[in-house]
Amino acid sequence: MSNTNSDKVTSVVLLGVGGQGILLASEIMARAAMHAGFDVKTNEVHGMAQRGGSVIAQVRYGKKVYSPLIAERTADVLASFEKVEAVRGAHYVKPGGLCVIANTQIIPTTVSSGLCDYPKDIDERLAKAFDNLSLIDAQQKAVELGNVKAANVVLMGGLSVGLDLPLEVWHEAVKTSVKPKFLELNLKAFEEGRAMTLASQSAGV
Amino acid sequence: MSELKQDLLSGNDAYARGAWEAGVTVAAGYPGTPSTEILEALAAYKQKDLHCEWSPNEKVALEVGAGAALTGARVLVTMKHVGLNVAADPFMTLAYTGVVGGLVILVADDPGMHSSQNEQDTRHFARFGKVPILEPSDATEAKDMMKRGFEISEQFKTPVIVRSTTRVSHSRGLVDLVDRELPDTKIGFEKNPRQFVPVPAFARQMRVDLEKRLHQIKDFAETDSINRIEYNDKSLGIITSSTSYLYVKEVWPEASVLKLGMAYPFADKLFKEFSENVDNVLVIEELDDFYEEHIKALGIKCDGKNFVPNIGEFTQSKLAVIRAKYEGKEAPDLSPVAEATGLPMRPPTLCPGCPHRGMFTALRYFDCIVTGDIGCYALGVAPPLSRIDTILCMGGGFTMAHGMDRSPEPKKVVGILGDSTFFHSGITGLCNIAYNKGASIIIVLDNRTTAMTGHQDHPGTGTTLMGDPTACLSIEKIGEACGIKRIFSVDPRDIDDNVQLLKQEFEIDEPTLIVAKYPCVLNDKSVWEEAREIDEELCVSCGNCVSLGCPAIEYNGDIPKIEPLMCTGCSLCENVCELDLIHKQGEEK
Repeated sequence: MSNTNSDKVTSVVLLGVGGQGILLASEIMARAAMHAGFDVKTNEVHGMAQRGGSVIAQVRYGKKVYSPLIAERTADVLASFEKVEAVRGAHYVKPGGLCVIANTQIIPTTVSSGLCDYPKDIDERLAKAFDNLSLIDAQQKAVELGNVKAANVVLMGGLSVGLDLPLEVWHEAVKTSVKPKFLELNLKAFEEGRAMTLASQSAGV
Repeated sequence: MSELKQDLLSGNDAYARGAWEAGVTVAAGYPGTPSTEILEALAAYKQKDLHCEWSPNEKVALEVGAGAALTGARVLVTMKHVGLNVAADPFMTLAYTGVVGGLVILVADDPGMHSSQNEQDTRHFARFGKVPILEPSDATEAKDMMKRGFEISEQFKTPVIVRSTTRVSHSRGLVDLVDRELPDTKIGFEKNPRQFVPVPAFARQMRVDLEKRLHQIKDFAETDSINRIEYNDKSLGIITSSTSYLYVKEVWPEASVLKLGMAYPFADKLFKEFSENVDNVLVIEELDDFYEEHIKALGIKCDGKNFVPNIGEFTQSKLAVIRAKYEGKEAPDLSPVAEATGLPMRPPTLCPGCPHRGMFTALRYFDCIVTGDIGCYALGVAPPLSRIDTILCMGGGFTMAHGMDRSPEPKKVVGILGDSTFFHSGITGLCNIAYNKGASIIIVLDNRTTAMTGHQDHPGTGTTLMGDPTACLSIEKIGEACGIKRIFSVDPRDIDDNVQLLKQEFEIDEPTLIVAKYPCVLNDKSVWEEAREIDEELCVSCGNCVSLGCPAIEYNGDIPKIEPLMCTGCSLCENVCELDLIHKQGEEK
């Protein structure tokens, strides 16, 4: 069991586009922390803001948590489901914090209708903005596993590398957050994501 | 559900849990972000002695609640902040008659306007209506204060507002769960015209009694632990409430705090005691200077809105900047990273496959004015559709169209409403147009659900909140009954036909009702078809499909591409492709 006595509050930022399954990801994250015995708070976006727009979810856990929101440059880890959204929210993470980012580009309608451009140098921007980056093919992996919707859990597997929570609590959290018929798929997705980030980290050293 | 346990609940789930544990037997509301999930969560308990309903609008919901509360039942009524404007008529008199069973009105404010058209501060309504208001700060307090709300309501025979905010409703936290316990109150309406019939002769006495009651509740606010002082370093005392309390605890961990759980009636004694025991007083409240104005009126010197903005939502980062300003220090850096410069914006948009897109596309063929309304279709304002010209309030899409049409304005006017909005407050507008001899074109974008708030049923869907089949009201027949003669049911995806229809109806000097019927594709996946694809070899990039503003059509300046994972196969792009180059994936070209 992790050290639940320290006053340290751990902050996790999840970024993406409305409809990518960020609410489920934040639920899994929060339940893992809860199962580890921590106080937990989360925040998510619903309603109008959810319709295909930029979305941020935040999870904080520790002995006692007041605010569900995360101050800029204090998040311990960050996961993003889309590359532009990762850079947009990069200022939330503290220096050195693990950032697991899906190698996915979603072109916003503002780009399609010619109002602005999707940055051609997005990969360079990612490399500059994050000093502990794990870029993983989460969506592709989920497709390989049989359901593209599991991409969010692949990403959570990657994120777990940067957090001091035992694997059992993650598994328990996945179990309580997904439908039984998708459990095996999602546990597999979690393991694959974790392996991908571990591999990318050892490659980076 | 017998043993004491704990769960991770959103504020809205916690409100529902509190109402369930408190033994609520009637609950009514109208969906509105951020309040919607409360009634859904309450209905999900499938408690046999608990009736939950979506009312057509908030006024109806509160009146239903008032009726039930007069029988002695515990009642929850839910709405978003602007919903209380609609329910203001019963609300302002309900404080006079009072209640028998506990009545909590859950009103969810939206500081920062995440999903709302304004940022009104419901605390003013509490003072205006002379009703107590509670302000929980997180999910734990959401459940506790919901239960306290019923106790206070019954103790003082008054409706009680529990004021949520987006961050309370949509943040999750750990909540202790206990069993449901029905209150020990007798059910049965007891005739008492002096209490329940505010004809002037009786209302005048009710008015006097109301002031007496308000004083009693003030005594309660000054002594009950719902308002509490946390003394710490006494050089600074912060008066705060709601989520601001959470941020204050992060940003000023050493300060003394007066944490208000009941925003009104004002706990004057606590304000005085606290300010006498600390060197400096700072009031930190989101939105208006509700406390500050009163505290200053008590003659207490304090800082507040001279440092703290009255616009927008707080975060602890914003408060950290305020602290730096207050102390004359350098503010923390909240700016995005350098690499974020020039990133494309990603505003919310109509979903891939959204049927509204078809009608907006048809309307783009005309130089008319489109008065819109509250719902997903409000997103029709964004480019490239840009086909909503005004929005005011629920129902305003019809009535403002008539106003413009009867003014000397030379352009033709089209009023737009959704199906849920039609039942909420569109019908009176329709009556008005027919009765007052209007000539506007009125379109109901009928996607068979209350989509924006997450697909709630309404009187036109044939299903209740409890999941039971029920009467399914016909918008066309209501239009007929309102006196509209020209009524058309169309498929919003038939762009050409709808352009012809609009052209024809613009020439006719009487009102037209068009019901554009097609289900929300998020709510009814049975209408999904194979994803479409573009013949990239022959495409000349004319921009017709791109101009639909569909998120599934990605265009980065080269040849547009349909993202198969997002496409629902709605066929709109196929309809607008003049070269006939868009087909079902894998289909023979």
